[in-house]
Amino acid sequence: MAAERVYKATGFTLFWRMMWARAYPRIIGALRERDWIFFETVLPLGTTAAFVFIYRGAGAPPEYTGFAVLGGAMTAFWLNVLWSMASQLYWDKDEGNLELYILSPGPLMAILLGMAIGGIFMATIRAVTIILLASLMFSVSYAISSVPLLFLVFFMTMAALYGMGMMFASLFLTSGREVWHLANLFQEPIYLVSGFYFPVNALGFWVATFASVIPLTLGMDAMRQIIFSNQVGLGFLPVELELLILTILAGLFLFGARLLLTTLENIGRREGRLTERRR
Amino acid sequence: MIASCAIETRDLRRVYKIRGTKKKSEPTERIALDGVNLQVRRGGLFGLLGPNGAGKTTLIKILATLLLPSSGTALVDGRDVTKDVTEIRRRISMVSGGETSGYGLLTVEENLWMFARFYGLDTAVAKERINHMLEVVGMADRRRSKIGDLSTGLRQKMNFVRGFISDPDILFLDEPTLGLDVTAARDVREFIKGWLRDHPDRTILLTTHYMAEADELCDRLAIIDNGKLLVEDTPAALKRSVQADSMFVLKVAPLGKPDTGDRIEDVAGVRRLTINDCDGYTELQMALAGEDALPGVLAHLSRRGAGLVALEKREPTLEDVFIQLVGRRLSESVEAT
Repeated sequence: MAAERVYKATGFTLFWRMMWARAYPRIIGALRERDWIFFETVLPLGTTAAFVFIYRGAGAPPEYTGFAVLGGAMTAFWLNVLWSMASQLYWDKDEGNLELYILSPGPLMAILLGMAIGGIFMATIRAVTIILLASLMFSVSYAISSVPLLFLVFFMTMAALYGMGMMFASLFLTSGREVWHLANLFQEPIYLVSGFYFPVNALGFWVATFASVIPLTLGMDAMRQIIFSNQVGLGFLPVELELLILTILAGLFLFGARLLLTTLENIGRREGRLTERRR
Repeated sequence: MIASCAIETRDLRRVYKIRGTKKKSEPTERIALDGVNLQVRRGGLFGLLGPNGAGKTTLIKILATLLLPSSGTALVDGRDVTKDVTEIRRRISMVSGGETSGYGLLTVEENLWMFARFYGLDTAVAKERINHMLEVVGMADRRRSKIGDLSTGLRQKMNFVRGFISDPDILFLDEPTLGLDVTAARDVREFIKGWLRDHPDRTILLTTHYMAEADELCDRLAIIDNGKLLVEDTPAALKRSVQADSMFVLKVAPLGKPDTGDRIEDVAGVRRLTINDCDGYTELQMALAGEDALPGVLAHLSRRGAGLVALEKREPTLEDVFIQLVGRRLSESVEAT
């Protein structure tokens, strides 16, 4: 006699279950493995402290201490996007997980969104920890003009940033280069051109415009304008315009991620390269 | 839709383009599958036996929708692997030997839960199935172990459970006991047999280069070499096909190189011969046209001064079938790759 069949969800329910299942290792990892507290909180604090002392030594306005603290906190998201989003499918291919993702009946977008949700959770814990510790250490004072607007800007920055990370995941995988070279290539220069530790318009209009492709550039600029509202004239663009551009970028990147994933799977099935482990 | 065959291929062909090391060099072609025609009926275990590089994994990847065929047709559960991808994926699962999938910081049950959710299983159902299957494979006490702490054998057992947890109609097992010790490999085989007993309407396609494993598990099997399907039948029928020969294993004192024109193969009645030099003796595995050819062989050995240590008449094995079809031992093919 045939055994009873198990019910398997389809459509949106399957998408939802896949997404949270893939987010789970990251969420549980942030709570289970605590050694990140040293490596990803204390070490960025060192860089932040260096900028704070430089600003103080140079006699910069006290808000610049806050800029450095905000930038130090936001590095958590950039590092997460580079090393745990853009590089992740590459690592997953090596471990044999990519093959199982492709083999499962749900869309790969659910896997990438799950990775992004888990990544945002992990990086947010780190960023909040850095802000709390650095604010206490350097006595930073904040003048937030609108908390809802701040949350909205943060949300759209994350949507655009992680949308870009999802898109990079396919690009990094198909580039054929060792993934850590690519991640390293993007890491440090973006700290500079996106203005992690200083207002980006200090680099001039064209550099700032070019750097705006990275959502953190406009996101941090808008957040700086909202959090340090007593500093007038340091923003690159009006917050509302930056919010609009971030929304457009989020849409473009998410669309691009979906398109590239489809292309990636087609290449994988045609050439047989993407599901082959190298070990 | 119920297809008469679980798996069917027609003139299936897959060609890989291999790029050269120099940028401008033209890619060369390697034929992995060359006109494979296969029909696997619903229910039971079908084996695909062949050396490394024979095309087994390529065939499984095409059937599992991970790879496109270059030409020909492949149907899984009556659905086309090039078009009905999602429908096929809902019905299949795959486990490969030496798999390292999963996330090391998760426990065994968390990993299995994650993969169950990828197939849309409800959490309560998934947990019930995980607990039951971990009991069956003897891993209930390792439920809360991180998978990074598991031995190779335990990790492979966990991969097995992963393959079965989504309740597939058709399961692809690609060299499932590769690298496992004897005990773990036996446990895996017992698990497969038990699952098929409980699910007689499900189909497993197993690839292996272990003859004994194929003989023990498969209802039917096909032998594949160089991308071509050479034969397909039940293991018993395949062995019967070489039963016309008398199979002998002789152990003799170390046999030196023969003089020209004085080879054992040239003795009347010797159909096939493989010679293994072992520690202190030489083993001869031979297929003779009949038992009456044996005295001639013994006389030949005596003339060459190779004293007889042991003589055994044995039943034909799948290895004999492979040798008859391919002209070499499977183990030689595996070592050569």
